Amino acid sequence: MNAMTNAFTHRDHPVLRVSGLTKRYGDRIAVEDAAFEVYPGEVLAVVGESGSGKSTLLNCVSAQLKPDAGRVEFLTRHEGMVEIFAMSESQRRFIARTDWGFVHQNAEDGLRMHVSAGANVGERLMALGQRHYGELRREAVDWLSRVEVDATRIDDLPASFSGGMRQRLQIARNLVTRPRLIFMDEPTSGLDVSVQARLLDLLRTLTRGLSLSAIIVTHDLAVARLLAHRMLVMKNGRIVETGLTDQVLDDPQHPYTQLLVSSVLQP
Amino acid sequence: MNSASIQINNLSKTFVLHNQGGAELPVLDGASLTVMPGECVVLDGPSGAGKSTLLKCVYGTYRASAGEILVTTRQATVDITTARDQEVLRLRRDTIAYVSQFLRVIPRVPAIDVVAESVLGDIPHDEDSLKRARFEAQHLLLRLRIPQRLWHVPPATFSGGEQQRVNIARSFVRPLPVMLLDEPTASLDAENRTTVIAMIREARDQGAAILGIFHDEATRNAVASRVINMAEFQ
Repeated sequence: MNAMTNAFTHRDHPVLRVSGLTKRYGDRIAVEDAAFEVYPGEVLAVVGESGSGKSTLLNCVSAQLKPDAGRVEFLTRHEGMVEIFAMSESQRRFIARTDWGFVHQNAEDGLRMHVSAGANVGERLMALGQRHYGELRREAVDWLSRVEVDATRIDDLPASFSGGMRQRLQIARNLVTRPRLIFMDEPTSGLDVSVQARLLDLLRTLTRGLSLSAIIVTHDLAVARLLAHRMLVMKNGRIVETGLTDQVLDDPQHPYTQLLVSSVLQP
Repeated sequence: MNSASIQINNLSKTFVLHNQGGAELPVLDGASLTVMPGECVVLDGPSGAGKSTLLKCVYGTYRASAGEILVTTRQATVDITTARDQEVLRLRRDTIAYVSQFLRVIPRVPAIDVVAESVLGDIPHDEDSLKRARFEAQHLLLRLRIPQRLWHVPPATFSGGEQQRVNIARSFVRPLPVMLLDEPTASLDAENRTTVIAMIREARDQGAAILGIFHDEATRNAVASRVINMAEFQ
């Protein structure tokens, strides 16, 4: 699996390419004509205020929502770039639980609350055909420790976990299959600051260490500064500015980005 | 070290403040200079003359309004002002370093790992390479007199001078072919300033192309191959 992954972590070829993506809710345009690429090992932050369309964009490019127009191409392991909405349902679902991860803002949306922490981590491996109990348990222990959840909690239900622990468990559950692209929707909001710092450190270490590509939706410019290589700024459904994170934050060009950056305390 | 050079042609930078009625702040107008491998070119001029702006344009943090910034490595010549994001990120990984006097503190990461991370870059690594990187980091922390009891503490609580030295350790643990130095010695004590001067000279002697800002005259005289006055560019 490693050799195969390496062939596709070549930094010069995008792992995801989005073009002309538009999504409407009735008459209202949520996302209009979005286009961008994500490269291997790259963390892309999508920032903007609530209602700017950033979550809709994330849901469209992760195939949770069908756009009205546009293309979303993903670099598959065997067939090169494939338009995700042209795939069969089963192929798309397979990719979603092997090559992709999705970290929801509310961990409850991304976890199965009525099964143990260990089972939450093992579920995606089982979907890939792994049945050996000892192996599954070993992987689960390994991932729990990587996300700093005490391994003695492996048989506990996530319902007994704190907010920060649930969020870390959700991350372990997603990363256990070594996905190449992970989607994150406001992963740190709603957590206490100290819990947030721990989660950010973890995300930073994991994305760097695993050469993982990520799209992270956040309204927090400091989170973008810490984690992202590049940024998209959205306003009223449109991408108004893109660039390297330090470019966008230190030399914003668009009036809206300038307003956004000047409105926060030292991002 | 691979060598690289910088050639800046007619670089201009004007900031447009859209929320101040579109006010324009011209900072650089037609700046041209060249830095060859093994050279340390020092920018001179009063504060507000655009020295830092010029360095930030070379690093790609500020987008040039006009002109070109050519960085030539053994592989290719890249114009920073028009390069794709991925190209600039690649250059930042293996060619261009920007060193200021400020450490951007990352929550929870201990000083030694702040430095070790810079050895590893953002490519996947295992425990062994992390151990080696920490070993290299120790050398730099020792050399810059960061007390050993602080190595495993995140620098958030360090004094300004200690943070500054961690930042220098992080940049010089793996000197890159192009070093942009924005007052790295400001507010260091004499002993540490001497150490940093020695490190800059070593990088220069190894072939780094260095473009820097040093207000302190003694430091400037100790490292500069040439001095360029910013008054030429306004």
